[in-house]
Amino acid sequence: MDALVRLDDVRKSFGATRAVDGVCASVPVGRVTGLVGADGAGKTTLLRLMAGLLAPDGGTVSASDALGYMPQRFGLYEDLTVAENLSLYADLRGLAPAEQGDTFARLLSFSGLAGFETRLAGKLSGGMKQKLGLACALVATPRLLLLDEPSVGVDPVSRRELWRMVHELADQGVAVVWSTAYLDEAERCHSVLLLDQGRLIYDGPPKDLTQRMRGRSFAVRGIMDRRVVQAAARRHVGVADALIQGAAVRLVLAEGAAVPAAAELGAPQAVVEPVAPRFEDAFIALLDRHGGPVPALPEIVHHPRPRGGAVVEARDLVRRFGDFTAVDHVGFDVAPGEIFGLLGPNGAGKSTTFRMLCGLMEPSSGVARVAGIDLASAAPEAKQRLGYMSQKFSLYPDLSVRQNLDFFAGVYGLSGARRKAVCGAMLDVFALGPMADTNAGQLPLGFKQRLALAAAILHGPDILFLDEPTSGVDPLVRREFWGHINTLAGDGVAVLVTTHFLDEAEYCDRIGIVYRGRLIAVGSPEEIKASARNPEQPDPTLEDAFIALVEACDREERS
Amino acid sequence: MIRLRRLWALVRKEMVQIVRDPSSIVIALVLPVVLLLLFGYGVSLDARHVAVAVVVPEPTQRTASLVTAFANSPYFEVEELRDRRPAEDGLVSGRYRGVVVVADDFDAQASRGLDAPIQVLLDGTDANTARLVKGYAEGVWAKWLGYEARDRGAALAVPVNAETRVWFNEALESRNFLVPGLIAINMTLVGTILTALVVAREWERGTMEAMIATPVGRLELLAGKVIPYFVLGMGGMALSVAIALILFQVPMRGSFWVLTVVSALFLVGALNLGLLISTVAKNQFVAGQIAIVAAFLPAFMLSGFVFEPSSMPLWIEALSHIVAARYFVTCLQTIFMAGDVWSVILPNAGALLLIALVLALVTLKRTRKSLE
Amino acid sequence: MWGRVWALIVKELLSVWRDKKSRFVLIVPPLIQLAVFSYAATYDVTDVTVALFNQDQGLASRELVARIQGAPTFARLQVVDDEAALAAAIDRRDAMMGLRIPQDFSRRLESGQGATVQVILDGRRSNSAQIAAGYLTTIVISHNAAIAAQASQPVGPTLVTRVWFNPNLESLWVVVPGLVGVLTQVVALVVTGLSVARERELGTFEQLLVTPLRPWEILVGKTAPGMLIGLVEGSIIIAASQIWFHVPLTGSVALLYGALAVFLLCTIGVGLFISALASTQQQAIMGAFFFMVPTMILSGFATPVQNMPDWMQTLTLVNPVRHILVVLWGVFLKDMPAALVWHSVWPMAVLAAVTLTGAAWLFRRRMY
Repeated sequence: MDALVRLDDVRKSFGATRAVDGVCASVPVGRVTGLVGADGAGKTTLLRLMAGLLAPDGGTVSASDALGYMPQRFGLYEDLTVAENLSLYADLRGLAPAEQGDTFARLLSFSGLAGFETRLAGKLSGGMKQKLGLACALVATPRLLLLDEPSVGVDPVSRRELWRMVHELADQGVAVVWSTAYLDEAERCHSVLLLDQGRLIYDGPPKDLTQRMRGRSFAVRGIMDRRVVQAAARRHVGVADALIQGAAVRLVLAEGAAVPAAAELGAPQAVVEPVAPRFEDAFIALLDRHGGPVPALPEIVHHPRPRGGAVVEARDLVRRFGDFTAVDHVGFDVAPGEIFGLLGPNGAGKSTTFRMLCGLMEPSSGVARVAGIDLASAAPEAKQRLGYMSQKFSLYPDLSVRQNLDFFAGVYGLSGARRKAVCGAMLDVFALGPMADTNAGQLPLGFKQRLALAAAILHGPDILFLDEPTSGVDPLVRREFWGHINTLAGDGVAVLVTTHFLDEAEYCDRIGIVYRGRLIAVGSPEEIKASARNPEQPDPTLEDAFIALVEACDREERS
Repeated sequence: MIRLRRLWALVRKEMVQIVRDPSSIVIALVLPVVLLLLFGYGVSLDARHVAVAVVVPEPTQRTASLVTAFANSPYFEVEELRDRRPAEDGLVSGRYRGVVVVADDFDAQASRGLDAPIQVLLDGTDANTARLVKGYAEGVWAKWLGYEARDRGAALAVPVNAETRVWFNEALESRNFLVPGLIAINMTLVGTILTALVVAREWERGTMEAMIATPVGRLELLAGKVIPYFVLGMGGMALSVAIALILFQVPMRGSFWVLTVVSALFLVGALNLGLLISTVAKNQFVAGQIAIVAAFLPAFMLSGFVFEPSSMPLWIEALSHIVAARYFVTCLQTIFMAGDVWSVILPNAGALLLIALVLALVTLKRTRKSLE
Repeated sequence: MWGRVWALIVKELLSVWRDKKSRFVLIVPPLIQLAVFSYAATYDVTDVTVALFNQDQGLASRELVARIQGAPTFARLQVVDDEAALAAAIDRRDAMMGLRIPQDFSRRLESGQGATVQVILDGRRSNSAQIAAGYLTTIVISHNAAIAAQASQPVGPTLVTRVWFNPNLESLWVVVPGLVGVLTQVVALVVTGLSVARERELGTFEQLLVTPLRPWEILVGKTAPGMLIGLVEGSIIIAASQIWFHVPLTGSVALLYGALAVFLLCTIGVGLFISALASTQQQAIMGAFFFMVPTMILSGFATPVQNMPDWMQTLTLVNPVRHILVVLWGVFLKDMPAALVWHSVWPMAVLAAVTLTGAAWLFRRRMY
């Protein structure tokens, strides 16, 4: 087959880190090639090598000159309009003026941006920026299209559109390279280059990798307490992975392991059924980095809390910014021991709701109560009882791991021997001991995330606020993270979490979908999925349900 | 190899951005005006109406004429005291910048033709004013001696008389030479910060990465930045010159075209310095810091705008020779105050051209078309 | 409660010190400025070149010329032969000063008539030229005294100039104490001005706000490091002034530190104000710059406040740097008594009260 990119033993290092380590691969025409890997696996570096933005330290890269490249932040000039951005890139790429009119018209209709020509790029939504970025990369009809994490920060609806466009291009004979950390996207590619720590660990169609997992994926259905079953499965020898998925628990067995009986999983009445393997199953199996048992959280954090009542109460919350109503009469409760997920596209108001509940923003009207305390009146008392972890890594990058923990223990009023004991325990539990004196900013992403969680819970909060806590970290770290959250929920800690990952939403007991400032649906993942069930979609995924709900809301708005 | 259409596309893009994002306009047009007004009014070396106490313990006709001589000088604001003590305290508190003291028996001694010293005490914490005041006091004293001699019918006792004439600046307005110097400093700041920040912004926003992935050449990339900001910078220059001429009444004895050419040479150098900084600093914070330390500080201290490089220690004076602002200040002061003195303008303009060329070459060499 | 504030202060100091960028900002620019300002900010006039056009062949003129040549200020004498060459030397800026001795100079002196020499100054450098002219006048005066003594003529009252506090008019003695104020301002402003903005950028500010810290605790936690770092920086410069630059320190060190602390409070108030307003470090730096430049220019550090127009002198009363400079020069060079120091301290105290309350108010409003 005709290849537009050939990589032969390509190597690239930055200081001591080997970003790309001996990669051999090729990118064929007319295909979508997924460049898949966790954050820091070397995707961006490899893409930049292909685009000629970096020179390799070793090996050879040969790539077609007729390439279009879209960097992570799209490379758009935010203070130029849609049309001005297009014509700038057209001129720079040497598209003849005579051809520009037709090309622009075609690209604008292709990307659905027709009618927005005079809008400033900075004023576009995330999804539209993405499409404009793509249009700019396509302006000189490239034969090779390199896209660096095009779906980050794009809501599920726009993401679908983007995939449709990319497949259309591939059908026209363009070679597309799509880099992503989302494993569900890998399944939509014709072929996948799987990277781990700079090395290529798999090259081929995603299905082939998934097929290897045949007979190893199971679902445990009909259970009472998902978290109990999950914990039991985790402990079970021969189970490589156990994951909550709605009302069920999904198991991936180790190679050659026997299927565990329902009774062994602590749920005698449950059924263990085989299910189709997913790419993620294969990924986990391939990257199996299971360590020893995780030490228990210290007593100050891990102790039973009283049950009953609601510890987070949102009553008729409204927040206006000028004329714009970001949050429009939103109300819900979270009980102790419950994990409540807030879902929604960017700008829908979920962050604003979240921020009002943890006291970072005052509501225009309505009440936000935490642990029965109105945040407007006695914030410090309420804050002592909550833990917060924001979506951006928000610890002090220039302080060491230990100094960060010490600081947060200090501001939560822990002192002397108690502070020392808690910080020490946290270092153990989160396996941060060897890095205690490393600057937090220099930690690998997975460790940063552990540290952030450690800092958020070291004072033993009764309520935990998590704002997109696992964006960008690899599935392994994500599993470990949810293990701790589940332990805390088991102790009776109320957890409020916002997320982009629809499969992560499956871990929640209840989810609320926020769209255009309103809470358009609340219920367990199963209930939400059920609401979207119809003859065309007998078994909708959460993503299908989400899209159906959002579209229904749009229709209602229009009529 | 420059493709004109690509270059034009870059220039046009930059122009649109300048119009849409006012921060560049603020830096190019508002900043120099604000700084010029601030410095123009705030920085002055003219010691006029200097507060001086004259201590006369026993007033007589002779002391009265001495006090009058000081009071009549435009440089002094005189307060007559009887006691030495408050005058000295005033020197400590900063109320007086000089004290003139005569002895109790001043009149008697002077009448007898004996040496009757007039003591002048100066505040050394303001060295420049102290030096000026010393000179002014000597002038007043010499004049007073002349009057005294004439009044008493004696011949003029002063053998050698120095008659001072100031060329180019008869009224000794420090503003006349400070304002042209300020323009040079402003243009250093503006030119350097403009390009340094703008390129750093492109790195920060990720557009530089997309730009490098296109077939644009580095010469085009650099020219695409220099041309629009050159136009903007010359706008700032024109504004500064207008303020200098209209508001501060600085004379303009040279020709405008020479001023334009010299400014253009300097601005190209400053813009290139900014580009060079941005190849090192890829975020606006660092770029701004470096621009201030590498451009503003040397321009302020070493250009000769107030502080004479020839009076500095040798190593600092040597350093001042690589500061473009030094040549620009010299040119501007000459063009404004003296006229088109070719013997000054040609070598200095040559130095500016050389600096601009060297900076452009270094920048071109340092700008690689890659992300490293 | 104090435990919480203490944890915050420790964290602030650590993060300022461990961040390469802010450590750089704290150490390098102040040192460069200390070096450059101390040596380059000089109004001294030395090494003046004088273009001499001597039309007189007599002995008297040669005596005068010899006297000028002997003065250390006038290192170079450029002899020219005609009027045009004299003009050209000045035009080209080869000479800052021209001296023309007329043909009848010696003759007139011998005959007891007064003689006049012409001094031409380059007005493009009128300040330096005036000072050089002042030196020349002094030489002429002593020359005259010598002539008078020779002729045993009676002399009139003589003028004796004495410079107090800084007898040799050393620029260093003035500049270095001034830098104590100027540089501590820069440092304190940058530390406090950037601290909240940096936390906003990193997202850690939100993390702080969800902790039980009360607004005033955060405010204290942000104030203390600026004060501490400012005092340390000030002490370093004071130490340098004693050890390296040998500037006399005549007054009370306690007074000096007291005034410096009040001054720093003022500055920190402004820094917090900027911090509360800025959402990025970029804006904070810009804000600090736009505050720093005018306060420095209008402080009397570079040129005296008394030379400004009256309305502007009034305006400088709200400039804390102006007040601290009076104290610094006073305590360093003038052994200023406490009562006089107080004259400059109370305006700063008022300013500090205003900026701190303003910052606290804005801080509460812009907390979220």
